[in-house]
Amino acid sequence: MSIAWGSLLVVFIVSFGAAVAVVVLVTCALVGLSARERATTAAAGGTAGGGLSAGAGTAVAGVCLAAAAAIVLYGLYVIVAA
Amino acid sequence: MSVIVIAVILTALMFDFTNGFHDTANAMATSIATGALKPKVAVILAGILNLVGAFLSVAVAKTISSGLVDEAKITPVVIFGGLVGAILWNLLTWLLGLPSSSSHALFGGLIGATWVAAGSSAIKFAGVVSKVLLPLVLSPIVAGIVALAATYLAYRIATRGEEGTITRGFRLSQIVSASMVALAHGTNDAQKTMGVITLTLITVGVLPTDAGPPLWVIASCGVAIALGTSLGGWRIIQTLGKRISDIQSPQGFAAETSSAAVILVSAHLGFALSTTQVCTGSIFGAGAGRRLAGVQWGVAGRMALAWLLTLPAAAIVGALAAWVAGTGTAGTVVVAVVAIALAGGIYIASRRQPVTADNVNDVPAAQPVPVSA
Repeated sequence: MSIAWGSLLVVFIVSFGAAVAVVVLVTCALVGLSARERATTAAAGGTAGGGLSAGAGTAVAGVCLAAAAAIVLYGLYVIVAA
Repeated sequence: MSVIVIAVILTALMFDFTNGFHDTANAMATSIATGALKPKVAVILAGILNLVGAFLSVAVAKTISSGLVDEAKITPVVIFGGLVGAILWNLLTWLLGLPSSSSHALFGGLIGATWVAAGSSAIKFAGVVSKVLLPLVLSPIVAGIVALAATYLAYRIATRGEEGTITRGFRLSQIVSASMVALAHGTNDAQKTMGVITLTLITVGVLPTDAGPPLWVIASCGVAIALGTSLGGWRIIQTLGKRISDIQSPQGFAAETSSAAVILVSAHLGFALSTTQVCTGSIFGAGAGRRLAGVQWGVAGRMALAWLLTLPAAAIVGALAAWVAGTGTAGTVVVAVVAIALAGGIYIASRRQPVTADNVNDVPAAQPVPVSA
């Protein structure tokens, strides 16, 4: 009986990398969007927003979501092509 | 086509149907628990994606029995017996709300049926260890570690954001991640039944050797699993979504993303892990990633027991069914009648405490286990 420990290790490393990357990217995007909302509230007379400015928050969100979407699309491609 | 061949095709489609509602929870349990999707919308979406998935690929269809039993000794009676064992075990675990692997039930049923029909020499035990036992141990661990890390990081980073935006954003993201799991499930599981039906048609000479599944087989399997999925296995959805841990939307997203990644990568590299066990492992990992004490480890024990019993239990029923059905057409009819009666009994038992789309989320909040206990 042969157990493919090598491919198991690859499964673990690749899925760990992909899943953690997508989750971290989406979370960062949401933090960026939070900064934008906070800035909008601050401009409307609310408390001053801390951290990122509205523009920077939107930019971070856009880049992160695009990267996450690219990984998801590659996943779709793997399903369809297999 | 003889009676036994028609019986096998109908039983295979029945198995596909139970496979569908047994596994709706894999993709949709956490989305329903966090409110990302309304229960009925979630199961219908999963059903459609399973149907789409069934048409995407036929690569897995022929690998269903290879490596576990000696293919040359498989007859329609063996397949019929195996399917009956798998269906009854699927229904029983559904009644108990336990997410057991439909593939392991199918493998178990086929192994038991082959054993009575052709003796133990027709079973490849090394294949059973490397294809069933090893993935059984490894699937939940791999998925659990991935989901734990992803959840931990998500919560660390999310503290910098606003709670409302974060929760809404993760709920929206969950629709995408749950859909990915449902699609991956459709490509994998619908094909197992296609493989069983195609194998049967080959053994009786209706199809040439090495034939792929005909279109009517692909279509009927896709429809059967989609119908089963959109019926919603609410009892198992409740267990995975509400009884393991109080799942929030960041955890749901992390769990589903981890499941999708592990299923896709392992299928792509040919290291077959069980979808059900991967998804369950992810949910435990995501529960532990937020706060360790919030996970109901007692539920994990019951599931582990069901996972260990799945193969032998389905094998015993499969062996009995193949033994009786092997006596001829009358035997096949007896097995079918008894199986339908048992299935009906399980359904009636489930009506005593029905779990439906309306009460699936009504579970008293999970009590954290005291550290001293």
